[in-house]
Amino acid sequence: MSTPDIGLSTTAERAVVTTTQGAAPSKDWVIVTRQLTRQYDMGGEIVRALRGVDLAIRRNEYVAIMGPSGSGKSTLMNLIGCLDTPNAGEYWLSGQLVSEMSDDQLARVRNREIGFVFQTFNLLPRASALQNVELPLVYAGVSADERKKRATEALERVQLGERMHHRPNELSGGQRQRVAIARALVNRPSILLADEPTGNLDSTTSEEIMRVFEELAQQGQTVVMVTHEPDIAAHARRVVVLRDGVIASDETREQFIERVGLTHAAH
Amino acid sequence: MPFFDAIRLALRTIRTQKLKSAFTLLGVCIGVMFLISVVSIVEGMGRYMEEDLIGKLIAVNTFELRHRPNINMGDMDEATWEEYRKRPRLDVTDVAPATATLPADARWYLYSEDMTTATSSTSGKPRQVRALAVQGDYFNVKKMAVTRGRLLTEQELDRGEKVVVIGPDAADRLFPGLDPIGRDLKMGGVPYRVVGLGESQGKALGMSFDNFVIASFRSPARRLLNSRPNIVDAVVVQSPSATAMTENMELVRAAMRAQRKLRPAQKDNFSLQTADSALEFWNKIKGYLVLAGVALPAIGLVVGAIVIMNIMLVAVAERTREIGIRKALGAKRRDILLQFLIEASTLGTLGSAIGVALGVGLAQLIAAVSPLPASVAPWSIVVGVALGAGVGIISGVYPASRASRLDPILALRQE
Repeated sequence: MSTPDIGLSTTAERAVVTTTQGAAPSKDWVIVTRQLTRQYDMGGEIVRALRGVDLAIRRNEYVAIMGPSGSGKSTLMNLIGCLDTPNAGEYWLSGQLVSEMSDDQLARVRNREIGFVFQTFNLLPRASALQNVELPLVYAGVSADERKKRATEALERVQLGERMHHRPNELSGGQRQRVAIARALVNRPSILLADEPTGNLDSTTSEEIMRVFEELAQQGQTVVMVTHEPDIAAHARRVVVLRDGVIASDETREQFIERVGLTHAAH
Repeated sequence: MPFFDAIRLALRTIRTQKLKSAFTLLGVCIGVMFLISVVSIVEGMGRYMEEDLIGKLIAVNTFELRHRPNINMGDMDEATWEEYRKRPRLDVTDVAPATATLPADARWYLYSEDMTTATSSTSGKPRQVRALAVQGDYFNVKKMAVTRGRLLTEQELDRGEKVVVIGPDAADRLFPGLDPIGRDLKMGGVPYRVVGLGESQGKALGMSFDNFVIASFRSPARRLLNSRPNIVDAVVVQSPSATAMTENMELVRAAMRAQRKLRPAQKDNFSLQTADSALEFWNKIKGYLVLAGVALPAIGLVVGAIVIMNIMLVAVAERTREIGIRKALGAKRRDILLQFLIEASTLGTLGSAIGVALGVGLAQLIAAVSPLPASVAPWSIVVGVALGAGVGIISGVYPASRASRLDPILALRQE
């Protein structure tokens, strides 16, 4: 059952925010991109991965970004996640103009504002779950005692309090992803950015992880999920579809399900 | 990343890759081990040479007048050998003129010595002893005392009386289990009465100095020691200070040159030998030993540096994904740089710490099984550890720099 607490911006509001060039959007808006452009030089040939993307995501939204391969969704994700900078356009993250930042500044933003969840979990194999979750806090300069406390809380929040000292290879796929989620949240980021979070999981575990995301969204976390599976995308409240480097559609969950004709959508 | 956390991370990483870490630090370990043990042995030998060996053979502020140097541990060229062989031996008649000009506070004695056979009623077969025939201030200059009986008196030395002072080893050989005082021994068929048992003169390089029999130069004993009875092996002069010694050396040199009727252009046909000149050769070898002691460890350390750098490069390649993850989570370029730099220098420091332990052990082992002494110099330990850390840092710079510059997006795609 979808609940009305989870915020949803309207098309009109988004249009206003994305077209005012140069002005910082209000803090209400976690992500605002204006004409975001990214191209690569692949041995002489220029590949235009993103061709002017206008995207606005407000606090507490639960958004899925969908698209086939080659649509530019990975590129958009890298830009949103501050792993990359655009060739043109603006990207405002929580009121900061990220698109013009230096490497060091981007690293800081990634640490404080972005919580990554990857398809392949990307946990450090030789460290325990607790140590993995502490890692963002290490780079934030948090003291050892404080780190342990916050990491423990984060793991308990995803029901892994009893497996804190296990290494990733001693955990199931679903448990590993939950560790990754705890790690993503430990520094209280503005957005949880998930890249195909269920790609390496079976369908039961996938549902389990989707329930975790749902809970987090209900608790007020802004969630952005990149996926190529419509089933998974349908768990979000809003679905943005990319095609050939531009936004092809931006609709609510219900609109998306109806258009695409999903018969076995969750709840 | 806070510094302390980086060190803990380095230690954790090294611990989880024990075998690879062990190979990595092998080069530095061996280099430092050589440094410590060679320095220990060289220092030990040096101290031994200067204090024990040479110091025992040549007393302080003392020089010897001889026909040619006798403490000569090096190779001489043919020409020098020839020249030495042609020199006239010292004669008793040289002694008075040579010593006439010395000041009253200088003490001197003359002696000849050689190995010879001695017998006694209790010795069984004839035994080898080191016989010395002396005259002058021998016992004073050598600071020799007796544990039983007495020393030879000035009159006995002047009159050539057939009395001797013997050393503990000679006593054991000639009068085993007995009190030697008052007993007779025979050398060259002539009996001598033992009046004193000298105290132990110690050992050097495993050889004992205690197998001595000291008689008066004017006694028949001197005939046994050289081809002609009037030949004197050396005149030993002790001065009250180093400056006095230098002055006295020149006085004796001038007197000898006059005695030998040498013209100004002619070189000395005798030698004046001090502890310094005997040590000269040791100082020369010491130079080479120190060079080896620097070259060997240097090679070890260079090899160690190359090994560390290569293995760190491999580590960076293997851990590309990990670096990507860390960067995605907020590690800055310098965080990654620091991480790998600390890992490399921790390996270097660990290697040198183990090398120090092994080097100390090796030096002590050598001291235990060979006559070579070894004393571990504290400075070499500090230098060794510092070198290890330094080598680690230097060889880690390139790999760490490579690691820090990885693109996180590409790094995350690695297997």
